[in-house]
Amino acid sequence: MKKKIVVIGNGMVGHYYVDKLLQSDLELDITVIGAEPRPAYDRVHLSEFFSGKKPEDLALTSRDYYIENGVNAFFGDPVTDINTEKKSITTNGGMSFEYDQLVFATGSYAFIPPIPGNDLPNCMAYRTIDDLGEIKASAKESKVGVVVGGGLLGLECANALMNLGLETHVVEFAPGLMNAQLDEDGSRMLRKKIEALGVRVHTSKSTKQISKGDECRLKMTFAEGDVLETDMIVYSAGIRPYDQLAKSAGLTVGERGGIVIDYHCRASNKDIFAIGECALWAGRTLGLVAPGYRMADIAVSQLTGEAQSFKGADMSTKLKLLGVDVGSIGDSLGNTEGSLRYVYSDACNYIYKSLVVNEDGNKLLGAALVGDCAEYDSLLQYYLNGIDLPEHPDDLILPQRDGSAPVGLGVDALPDTAQICSCNNVSKADLVAAVDSGSHTLGELKSCTKAGTTCGGCSVMVGQILNSELEKRGVEVNTDVCEHFPYTRQDLYMIVRSEQIRNFSDLVSRHGTGLGCDVCKPLVASILASCWNEYILKDEHAPLLDTNDHFLANMQKNGTYSIVPRVPGGEITPDKLIVIGEVAKKYNLYTKITGGQRIDLFGARIDQLPPIWEELVNAGFESGHAYAKSLRTVKSCVGSTWCRFGVQDSVKMAIDLENRYKGLRAPHKFKMAVSGCTRECAEAQSKDVGIIATEKGWNLYVCGNGGMKPRHADLFASDLDDETLIRYIDRFYMFYIRTGDKLQRTSTWMDNLEGGLKYLQEVIINDRLGICGELEKEMALIVNTFHCEWKSTVDDPEKMKRFRHFINSDKKDNKVVFVQERDQIRPASKDEQLEYAETA
Amino acid sequence: MNAINKSLDTTLWHEVCQMDDLIDDVGVCVLVDDVQIALFRVSGNDEIYAINNFDPFSNANVLSRGICGDLKGQVVIASPIYKQHFNLKTGQCLEDETVILPTYSVRIVDASVQLANN
Ligand code: SRM
Ligand SMILES: Cc1cc2nc3c(=O)[nH]c(=O)nc-3n(C[C@H](O)[C@H](O)[C@H](O)COP(=O)(O)OP(=O)(O)OC[C@H]3O[C@@H](n4cnc5c(N)ncnc54)[C@H](O)[C@@H]3O)c2cc1C
Ligand code: SF4
Ligand code: FES
Repeated sequence: MKKKIVVIGNGMVGHYYVDKLLQSDLELDITVIGAEPRPAYDRVHLSEFFSGKKPEDLALTSRDYYIENGVNAFFGDPVTDINTEKKSITTNGGMSFEYDQLVFATGSYAFIPPIPGNDLPNCMAYRTIDDLGEIKASAKESKVGVVVGGGLLGLECANALMNLGLETHVVEFAPGLMNAQLDEDGSRMLRKKIEALGVRVHTSKSTKQISKGDECRLKMTFAEGDVLETDMIVYSAGIRPYDQLAKSAGLTVGERGGIVIDYHCRASNKDIFAIGECALWAGRTLGLVAPGYRMADIAVSQLTGEAQSFKGADMSTKLKLLGVDVGSIGDSLGNTEGSLRYVYSDACNYIYKSLVVNEDGNKLLGAALVGDCAEYDSLLQYYLNGIDLPEHPDDLILPQRDGSAPVGLGVDALPDTAQICSCNNVSKADLVAAVDSGSHTLGELKSCTKAGTTCGGCSVMVGQILNSELEKRGVEVNTDVCEHFPYTRQDLYMIVRSEQIRNFSDLVSRHGTGLGCDVCKPLVASILASCWNEYILKDEHAPLLDTNDHFLANMQKNGTYSIVPRVPGGEITPDKLIVIGEVAKKYNLYTKITGGQRIDLFGARIDQLPPIWEELVNAGFESGHAYAKSLRTVKSCVGSTWCRFGVQDSVKMAIDLENRYKGLRAPHKFKMAVSGCTRECAEAQSKDVGIIATEKGWNLYVCGNGGMKPRHADLFASDLDDETLIRYIDRFYMFYIRTGDKLQRTSTWMDNLEGGLKYLQEVIINDRLGICGELEKEMALIVNTFHCEWKSTVDDPEKMKRFRHFINSDKKDNKVVFVQERDQIRPASKDEQLEYAETA
Repeated sequence: MNAINKSLDTTLWHEVCQMDDLIDDVGVCVLVDDVQIALFRVSGNDEIYAINNFDPFSNANVLSRGICGDLKGQVVIASPIYKQHFNLKTGQCLEDETVILPTYSVRIVDASVQLANN
């Protein structure tokens, strides 16, 4: 008989545990029971629910996944009873299951301070998707919001309320913010900084009563008798383990809560385990996901027979709260006996850093960082790996005024055992092994090891290890574009810009060798176009172009071309449709609606392109750039003008955007879409830049991709007005053009960008590199110099002469043969061509 | 691949176009006795090259519309369809040694461009 495993709770850790069991070779009968109505989701990123993520986006698994893997899973029905004699459990709904081994993964709940009135309407917790749904709904009707609790989670919650547009207050019982991590000075600095951002902070406040308000919905009365009116209250005053059930089953629980476990994660009954936040290990509950995952690993190892033991967990954290970097490592408060402390404090810029070192001053015991977390990664490695500190440890946190590199720890100094990604337990050795077995890009390394895929905090270091390892192996990371230029695409772009180079021959004579080739020539043509936007068929540029660009049309398999007029936003008048139809008929072209909401006409011989385009240009059509590494289409949905759900005019926005970015040359083609509401009929989240209308404006998504390796776009910014939206997109594209590699779509560009989405937001929204002004100027030049290439060509008889198959004969190419199919032409197959050649 | 086996009359020079019909580094196609020939004037070395226009990998007459340049010291043309490279002097394909395209001798007589079999 298969061993029966019953898991109570389907949160992050419970799901991880089940997944690990499924990955093992064990033959088990697994039952999972979750109290929440949905399968496990990513609680760590819960707050992103406010920036537009939906429950589906946060999901870590699905009912189908469990069904496919033979797991019995039930949701929305808590376990209410355990019979340890009969080894069975019963749920609230009356279901009963027997177990051979029972696993508690019940996590914790938000602690609601026992204040009279704490359960009035609009008083909420901050823990589950349902909680956030309530908060969102309540916030819609609110002007003022209070967060009770000034710890990590409380500040995360305050950030959310600020973003929801509320006047936000934080009420903390203790004298300072983040008391568990920061000493008094650090905490004061954090307070100043977030007050400067508009959050009102009230410390040393104990609430005596919550009642109906006079001006707002609610009123909080404090011990001193003063009051604060608010429309809503969110409790974030700590968490308590779900251990009632365990207690009633006779398991030992700690004085202040938590199911007591041993080194093997076993509770006081040998058939019962507890993992995750509900467990009490060595007198502590551990409120982070990484230690929960380790406990799950340990519990699984008891079944597979390779029993390991839990050795505790690192509780260091780094976060960005309200746009302020905060980090804490180890004993950040200096509680260790004999410990010494270094402090750096800069009140002008709200920066505070402190180091706690041992008595001998050679090992790091802890650190606290506020306002600037640049040194976090290095310090964490000193701490985790017991690495000897430099002679002057304070050098590690002092600013480098002379421009020299900071004293941080190079990745080479780390031992192989150094844990780089704590979320996924990936060591330096694991990363090195993955590099050895062929992961040579950041994207590959991440997907192979999972490092950097949970909180993302370790990405920078993962990138540094990759580069250093590649270098050591002499894997020449040859990023040269080709044998003619010892530079990357990015280098060439900067050279062209800074030296104002305007043609290929200048560039190759100054910085390259030889004649060039089919790799560097189109690449340089694209860079020149991105920078100066000259007519691409100018004699000095024409030889650089791929045939598609050269003839402003895509070459098809038989040497003929396709014609794709631009149809901005997919909106087209009947008259224009008729023109397309007439042209197609006249030249006997195959017509098809493309996947990009426009019409493609296929099978034009090269000599037919000019007359066809002449007719199209005269009817008001422009080039659709289907042949270029540039903007393809901006798909739209019908939007608020017609659709009963639409909240903005998505068609107008799509047309405006298409007209703005048409013809812009980039490292690869790029696509956009605009949807009129969250139903997302334009599929914006699969585009390089996608825009979804909201009640208040537009949500901007970036770096999506369909094609070979689909990638959902990341939400970049929310509720933007038209002007800000366009400003961000201008900057985004110009930054991509600057830093993208050759033929790199925005999705792979993002996957390889050190620092990822956060970094990109810093650059584009907060202008961290101080280049936004330049980027906007560069885009303005392109927008202002737009000209339709087909119009310029049709107007120039010299250029039109190039569109001939033979320069010395009017004969046609005998390889171009069509046959009829479904009432239209198509290229003849090889056999059909031969047949034709014989009968001709 | 019958198209590429056709050859020009060996004894004759054929006038195909004038010098100013050519643009530096941009190919053109000429028709001589039903044979399609791609012509390139390469600016870097001021030579004119002639190679059969037929791309055997895509079965289409398109080489005149490729990009020319050099790779490891050989002057080459890249097919616009699947990007194989052919040595413009010898016709040798760089990616597949079994494929060699016909090439032709070129001479200029008073600004007129003439071709003959090698
Ligand atoms: C015509 C069209 C198919 C159709 O009949 O619907 C098409 C046709 C071609 N696609 Fe596409 N793609 C077409 C929509 C798409 C879409 C859908 C969309 O845009 O909404 C996608 C997936 C979305 C995306 O790109 O993220 C798509 C993903 C690709 C890819 C894969 C890109 C990737 O990142 O993985 C390629 C190959 C490449 O670009 O390297 C490609 C390349 C091509 C080329 C250019 C291949 C070639 O080099 O000959 C095809 C020739 C087009 C021509 O001759 O005009 N096409 N292609 C569509 C033209 C849309 C338009 O109006 O411009
Ligand atoms: C807003 C927020 C931000 C966070 N940020 C971070 C972060 O940046 N980094 C980090 O490491 N951690 C973070 N955490 C903490 C992290 O989410 C938790 O450590 C992790 O979710 C714990 O996993 P768990 O499975 O133990 O508990 P949970 O994820 O809470 O899952 C327990 C599940 O068990 C269910 N359950 C309880 N009792 C029963 C019962 N009797 N029967 C059936 N089911 C039951 C619960 O309803 C719940 O669904 C954050 C938490 C929140 C709320
Ligand atoms: S995305 Fe929304 S507005 Fe647009 S068509 Fe679909 S439902 Fe209508
Ligand atoms: S440390 Fe969180 S993803 Fe690596």
